[in-house]
Amino acid sequence: MSAQPGGYNFAYLDEQTKRMIRRAILKAVAVPGYQVPFASREMPMPYGWGTGGVQVTAAIITRTDVLKVIDQGSDDTTNAVSIRKFFARTADVATTERTTEASIIQTRHRIPESPLRRDQIMVYQVPIPEPLRFLEPRETETRRMHALEEYGLMHVKLYEDIARHGHIATTYAYPVKVNGRYVTDPSPTPKFDNPKMDNCPALQLFGAGREKRIYAIPPYTRVESLDFEDHPFEVQSWEESCALCGAGDTFLDEVITDDRGGRMFVCSDSDYCRERRDAGHTGVQSPEAAE
Amino acid sequence: MNGGSILDVRDIAKDFTLHAQGGTRLAVFAGVGFTLAPGDCLALSGPSGIGKSTLMRMIYGNFRCPSGEILVRHGGEPIDIASAHPHRILDIRRATMGYVSQFLRVIPRVATIDVVMEPALAQGIAVAEARARAEVLLAQLRIPESLWGLSPVTFSGGEQQRVNLARGFAARYPLMLLDEPTASLDSDNRETVIDMIRAARDHGTAIIGIFHDADARANVCNRDFNLSAYAVKAA
Amino acid sequence: MNAFSDAKPLLRANGITKVFGHITGCDDVSLDLYAGEVLGIVGESGSGKSTLLRCLSAAMTPDTGTVSYTLRHGETKDVHAMGDAERRMLMRTDWAFVHQNPRDGLRMHVSAGGNVGERLMAVGERHYGDIRAAAGDWLDKVEIAENRIDDLPVTFSGGMQQRLQIARNLVTRPRLAFMDEPTGGLDVSVQARLLDLLRGLVSDLGLAAIVVTHDLAVARHLSHRLMVMKQGRVVETGLTDQVLDDPQHPYSQLLVSSILRA
Repeated sequence: MSAQPGGYNFAYLDEQTKRMIRRAILKAVAVPGYQVPFASREMPMPYGWGTGGVQVTAAIITRTDVLKVIDQGSDDTTNAVSIRKFFARTADVATTERTTEASIIQTRHRIPESPLRRDQIMVYQVPIPEPLRFLEPRETETRRMHALEEYGLMHVKLYEDIARHGHIATTYAYPVKVNGRYVTDPSPTPKFDNPKMDNCPALQLFGAGREKRIYAIPPYTRVESLDFEDHPFEVQSWEESCALCGAGDTFLDEVITDDRGGRMFVCSDSDYCRERRDAGHTGVQSPEAAE
Repeated sequence: MNGGSILDVRDIAKDFTLHAQGGTRLAVFAGVGFTLAPGDCLALSGPSGIGKSTLMRMIYGNFRCPSGEILVRHGGEPIDIASAHPHRILDIRRATMGYVSQFLRVIPRVATIDVVMEPALAQGIAVAEARARAEVLLAQLRIPESLWGLSPVTFSGGEQQRVNLARGFAARYPLMLLDEPTASLDSDNRETVIDMIRAARDHGTAIIGIFHDADARANVCNRDFNLSAYAVKAA
Repeated sequence: MNAFSDAKPLLRANGITKVFGHITGCDDVSLDLYAGEVLGIVGESGSGKSTLLRCLSAAMTPDTGTVSYTLRHGETKDVHAMGDAERRMLMRTDWAFVHQNPRDGLRMHVSAGGNVGERLMAVGERHYGDIRAAAGDWLDKVEIAENRIDDLPVTFSGGMQQRLQIARNLVTRPRLAFMDEPTGGLDVSVQARLLDLLRGLVSDLGLAAIVVTHDLAVARHLSHRLMVMKQGRVVETGLTDQVLDDPQHPYSQLLVSSILRA
C-alpha cells in the first residue's frame, strides 16, 4: 500500500471496514433485493449526500477501475463533482464522464441511457431503502412483512392510487419485485429507468448510509415493477425529443431558458447526449442552430 | 332399540333445581318409557301442569334429561338425545325430528315466507321447491298472500301459530312433535291442520302430539300415553 | 344450506389455560366446533371469554393446552405450533376476526374498496377491475351503498364501519370466524340489523363461528351452541336453546333470569 495523500488508506476506508462492507455486499448478492444491515461509517460528507453509495464504492474500487459519478444524469453537478474528486484524491483512480469507459458508475437518481455491460458495476445512492416505510412506519412490522412475503399492502397503495387518480400516481422510486421474492425500492430513479434494471448485465449495488442498509441485484436478475394486470406498468413519455441531439427515447429534463416562458427539453443523461451529438445527431436547438 | 321404531324412550325422569330460589327442587315425573313406530300418532295426555310439554321438550333436546335414554333413529342408527354431542342433536333436528311449539319465536325482520322456508332449505331442498311448499302451506292455512313478505311480528296469535305450523310441515321429518297445534285456531283452520297431521301420519311420519281438544285428539291419534301415572307427587 | 356432517371437528381445543400472574384468564377449557356451527361464549366481564377467544384465534399463546384446526384439504394442525408464515396465511384466508371496535379491524385511511380488496391482493389477486368488482359485491352484501366504495372508513357511522369490517374479513370466504362482541357499542336498531346480516351470512357461507358476547340475546340470535363462563372456567355448555331454557348451573340460571323480558 503506497502512501496516500493525508495519510488516508486507499479509498479512505480502513481495510477492516471494507471487509465488513464486502461481507454485507456478498450477503446482499446472495439474497437479491433483501436489505442487509451494515455498520455505516462516518464519512466526510453529511447524510443525504450519498454516504451509502460512497461506502459501497470505496469497498469495491481497485487501482485499475475507472469511475464515473452522475447526479440526475449529469456529471457536472456539485454532488457528482465532489464525489469524483474524493475518489480521485483518496484512491488515485482514473475517472471519466463516458459511461462506456467506466467500470464503476455511482449514481444518484438516474440510470444511464447507454446499456450497461457485464464488466460494469452500478452503485446507487439510496435515501430510504424500505419501500413499505410510508405505509407501515414500524420497522418490526416491515421486517416481518418482508420475511413472510406479505406484500398485499403495497398493492393496496397502488389500488388507492388508481381509485383516487385513475392511474398509478407513483413516478419515481417505483417499487419493484426482485427475483420474484423481495419488494425493493429502486432508489429515487424515475420509473422510466425501471426497465433498465431488469435482466441487466451489470451488477447493481445499493447503499443507504443514514439507514445503514445495503442491497443488491445480481446480473441478469428478473426485476418487475409492481402493477395490476389491467393497469400495467408504463414508463413516462414526452411529445418532444431532445433539443440538442434529437433523441426521442431518453429521459428528458425541462430547462427554462428565459423569463418569457421559453423552455427546452434535453436528455438528462449528459454523456449519452454528447455521444449522440458526436455521432452527428442533431436536435431543434442544436448550438449550430441557436448561434 | 327395536328395528321398526323411530323413537324409544327408556325410563326417563325429570326434575328442576332452582338455585336462585334457595335450591328448591321440583320433581316432575319418573319412570317414563314408550316406543314409537312410523305411522304412530301418540297423544300425550294428562292434566295441565303434569309435564307433557316438558316431556316433549326433553325428546327434542331442549330440556335436559338427567336419567334414562331417549333414542332416536337417525340415519339408520339409534342416537341417545340425553347424552349425544350437541352437534349430533343439531343434525337430528335438521333431518329427522321436527317440533312445532306453542309459540312462534319471532325475529322482527324476517319475512313470513322466509321463516317457513328455512327448515326445508336447511335440509338441502332447492330454493324454488322450498318456496313452492311454503306457498302451498300458507295458502292452505289461509294466510293471505299480502302478508307473506311481512314479518309475523305484527300478526295475531292465531296467525303466528299458523305460520309456525306451516314452518313445521314445510320440511319432511320421520318424527314430529306437536305441542297444542290446534290451540288458538278457528274451526276451519283446525280442520285443515288435522288433515295435514293425518296426511303426514298416513305417509309414515311418527307423531307425538299434545292436544287440549279431545276432538282433534280422537281424529288423528291412534295411541295414547297418559303422564299422570308417572308424575311425582309433591313432597 | 347447513349440513352438519359427521366429519371431524373444524376446531378442537384441549385444556386451554392462560394465567396472568395470580389472575386466571381461562382455566382448562376444551371444546369442539364443527363446520357450519356457531358457538356462543357468554359470561360477564372478567369471565375469561375474551382471553379464551384470543388463545383460540392464535392472537395469544396459552400456557397449556392445544388448539387444532382442520385445513381445507383435511389435514389437522396445531395452530400454535405451525410456522409464522403458515399461521398468518391462515388468518388471512381461512379465518376471520371481527373486533368489537371496528377501528381495530380496519385501515381507517384506506378506502372502503381498498379495505375489502386487501385480503384478495394479499393472496395474489392482480386485476384491479376484478378486485374492485369483488369489493363492490361485498359492500352490497353488507348493505353499504356501492357509491361509498372510495370513501374512507373515518366518514362511516359505527354500524357501517362494523359492516365494512365484516366484509373485509369475509371476502376470502373463510370457514371460521372469531367475533368479539360484534354488536357491542352499537345502537339497538343497528345491532339488530347487524345480527340479521351475520345470521344470513353464516347460513349462506356455511361459516363456523365463535362469538364472544355478554349479551344473551345476541347469543340466542346467532349461536347454535352456548358455553357459559365464570371466572375463567366453563360452568355449562350445550345447545343454545337448552342452556337458555333449562339452565342447570346456578350461574347460568342467574344469567338467564337476569334477561329483561319485553
